[in-house]
Amino acid sequence: MGGGLVRIGVTVFPGSNCDRDALHAVELMGAEPVELWHADADLKGSDAVIVPGGFSYGDYLRPGAIARFARVMGPLEDFARDGGPVLGVCNGFQVLCEAHLLPGALLQNTHMRFACDRVRVRVETKETPWTSGCENGEELTLPIAHNEGNYFADPETLARLEDEGRVVLRYLENPNGSANDIAGVCNEGRNVVGVMPHPERVSDPALGSDEGLKILRSVLAEATV
Amino acid sequence: MNVQETYSALGLSDSEYHRILELLGRAPNFLELSLFSVMWSEHCGYKNSRPLLKRFPNDGPRVLQGPGENAGVVEVGDGWALAFKVESHNHPSAVEPYEGAATGVGGIIRDILAMGARPVALLDSLRFGPLDEERNRYLFREVVRGIGGYGNAVGVPTVGGEVEFSRAYSGNLLVNAMCVGLIRTEDLVRSRATGEGNLVVLLGSKTGRDGIHGATFASDELTEESESKRSNVQVGDPFAEKMLIECCLKLLEEDLLVSLQDLGAAGITSSASEMAAGGGVGIDIEVDRIPRRESGMEPFEAMISESQERMLTVVAPEDAEEVLALAGRYGIGGTVVGRVADHGDLRVIEGGEVVGSVPAEHLADAPTYEREVVRPAYLDEIAKLDLETLPEPDDYNEVLLKMLAHPNLRSRRSIYGQYDHEVGTNTVVRPGADAAVMRIKGTKRGFAMTTDGRGRHCYLDPRGGGAATVAEAYRNLSCVGAEPVALTNCLNFGNPEKREGYYQLAECIEGMSEACEAFGVPVVSGNVSLYNETARGSIYPTPVVGMVGVLEDASRHATPAFKREGDKVVVLGGKMRPTDESPLAGSDYLEIMHGKVAGVPPKTGLTAEKRASDLVRDMIRSGLIDTAHDLSGGGNLVALAEMAMAGGIGFEYDELEVERTNKSGRALEILLGEDGADFLIAFREERWDEVQSALSGFAYDDIGYTGGERFRVEGLVDLSLDELRDAHERDLFGIPGEAVGGSEAVG
Repeated sequence: MGGGLVRIGVTVFPGSNCDRDALHAVELMGAEPVELWHADADLKGSDAVIVPGGFSYGDYLRPGAIARFARVMGPLEDFARDGGPVLGVCNGFQVLCEAHLLPGALLQNTHMRFACDRVRVRVETKETPWTSGCENGEELTLPIAHNEGNYFADPETLARLEDEGRVVLRYLENPNGSANDIAGVCNEGRNVVGVMPHPERVSDPALGSDEGLKILRSVLAEATV
Repeated sequence: MNVQETYSALGLSDSEYHRILELLGRAPNFLELSLFSVMWSEHCGYKNSRPLLKRFPNDGPRVLQGPGENAGVVEVGDGWALAFKVESHNHPSAVEPYEGAATGVGGIIRDILAMGARPVALLDSLRFGPLDEERNRYLFREVVRGIGGYGNAVGVPTVGGEVEFSRAYSGNLLVNAMCVGLIRTEDLVRSRATGEGNLVVLLGSKTGRDGIHGATFASDELTEESESKRSNVQVGDPFAEKMLIECCLKLLEEDLLVSLQDLGAAGITSSASEMAAGGGVGIDIEVDRIPRRESGMEPFEAMISESQERMLTVVAPEDAEEVLALAGRYGIGGTVVGRVADHGDLRVIEGGEVVGSVPAEHLADAPTYEREVVRPAYLDEIAKLDLETLPEPDDYNEVLLKMLAHPNLRSRRSIYGQYDHEVGTNTVVRPGADAAVMRIKGTKRGFAMTTDGRGRHCYLDPRGGGAATVAEAYRNLSCVGAEPVALTNCLNFGNPEKREGYYQLAECIEGMSEACEAFGVPVVSGNVSLYNETARGSIYPTPVVGMVGVLEDASRHATPAFKREGDKVVVLGGKMRPTDESPLAGSDYLEIMHGKVAGVPPKTGLTAEKRASDLVRDMIRSGLIDTAHDLSGGGNLVALAEMAMAGGIGFEYDELEVERTNKSGRALEILLGEDGADFLIAFREERWDEVQSALSGFAYDDIGYTGGERFRVEGLVDLSLDELRDAHERDLFGIPGEAVGGSEAVG
């Protein structure tokens, strides 16, 4: 890391709307925020990358379906395959699934409504760069805000995710119909994590909670090891 | 069509047409007539309301921009200012609820953007007919979806609002959207065009036929034919708006714009003529340069189209290239469509030929109509009410549960759960409290906002209701610890050409103005929506107030939720009431339990109300209390139940007998009466001495303690928190039948 601040890139697609929140949260983590414009195929030396929430390309066609073709995704996919830590939040999770960096898909909530709420989730594994600062079984209260957060995968994939301990977060009360109450998963290499809840929204005590920093700060320990 | 048929079809009267002839000194062509038609509609020209609106006080120490611009602006401190405005989208939402509501949100966001501010918060005031009618359920569901669909995608949190259901709104719903933007005081932009030879650049989406004559449409009563005006309703694209916001803010940051104006009602005509009139210049629009969404559009269509997600800018010629390049970076259209000229006209040029030319100041100067204010007879009828003979209920448990479940008092969670209220990571107090609180990053400061309307009250007593509307907003902000600074309003009324409608409008404005003066809260922006009538009659006169306040320290705020077991609970206020007033007159209790909308609600004692509100705020700011709630619909009983449910802590009301003796009233009036100036506060018992000394000189009663799992009022109510919640937190979209509970209900 060269002793300097850890550089954390945040992708900005047209229609991203949690990008500024993520950049702010990176500052609160004590890392250096780096804006990654969708049209530039350059991660600008990021040590880790957050793909933030929002409505990239208006969610037109399907959430994340167009963003995965943005130029910044080329180097991001290489970075992910080389083991670089990547976190997709909400729409970012949807983008990573569309890009096949994560298994499964996020369908419309079964109750057919947008859901903005606080939910309880359980950390199912601390063996990812984004949960290493948590305890296995630790419960967190995190915000959700999505219309398509209903995690779906075929039975074989679900069985593999469970067997390999790749379910990262699980809802205590399922808000959207997700299979196996899944709120977050990781890839086989465990370096790419997608979560529907928004840790960046609870990263500032001024807003009443900084539980999200437990997730975000995990990557610092990882990156400085 | 002869001339008269033509201008009548465009919504112009004979006298208005003759005035146009006089102003131009010649007959206008169809294009010019169209320009006048949209600019002189009530929606754009405020023909019926302008003389009355002058009554509102507009000045205050924090006011940076009063009425006349796209939005009002007030100073917050630390170099920050808030731009805010509320606007109606009633008529479009009545015929096409999803898009009508969505574009209402989009439109108000652009008003704020036009001041140079980043939009940071949305609120919505909604009114529908009762949910036992299927059409009303459809409208309600789709309006809420539309607000969420647009606001969530555009990335501006919806942090507050209010909704009520009444037969008076069946067929004529209200959708009022408010936006608040944050800006550095030195970065404020104005819309006036300057600099002859400067270029006019249109940014954003292409122009189509959507919303042709939308402003005129919004200035007429709704009839069955309105359904056929569906094509007048614009279609929203929040993605395009998001890019437009980011692009405009970038252009301002780079100092590339001379002026900025949103395109709303009456499209380019309105924006260009207002920019020209404001700057005392003329504007030439080369109409064939306007990028079109469809072919074969006439010049007048391109000029008055209300296609969404567009902004008009004035740019120095040397900056044009950079402006267009930045528009390209954000993936939105940017086209030079005209230039600033010295002739003072709005000129429309097609193929190098002038096809229409009208002095911009005349377009901006609609004729006004003043009418006689005559008290309508209905007011005497509804005032007759004998409440002394109203029996006390046999079963208060049943009354409380029924009231908590009523759509007008039920939890709004099933609505705001569909709105992203946290994007932006500034929301300190989320929906469900008396007002929303947001922080300003990089400072300790915060601001609070609320929208309030009291249609039933304004119907029963227009002047008193107008004052009470402002008072309610003042109380709501005070309850979270904010100092109210200024307000915006949306005046939703019936037909002003009818005596009843005009009287209600004039009297509500008078009452609101009196309250504004008493509270020291000026009106800095506003909007008028008249002609809210159908064959079923007029709506309740419903002025909606959007008020903003400032917190010097955003962490020093209060919410209604009980915080701890064993807190002492005090009711503050309870003025000595004249014997001819009853707090049950015009109350929710009377409407919900007895089906009566009648009586004259108690007058708002403006001085006492301000004193009590200011005291509550001071106690919050000093950290003495952190729990406060104002008493409104459903009185003490409903307010206390809300506080218990929000905190998940029970309550024991043990001083009712004492209170009854003190106030020599019945339990009914004490528990369910609605007397404006009352507040409920809770605090640690060890602070009782300090609280008592703060309260000296005020009327108050300590009424009980928080704690446990039950909600009890001695001898009258005994319910568990779960029983309260089962009634109160039911899904508003599950009605009727209500067989489907919780979030499973699919609308």
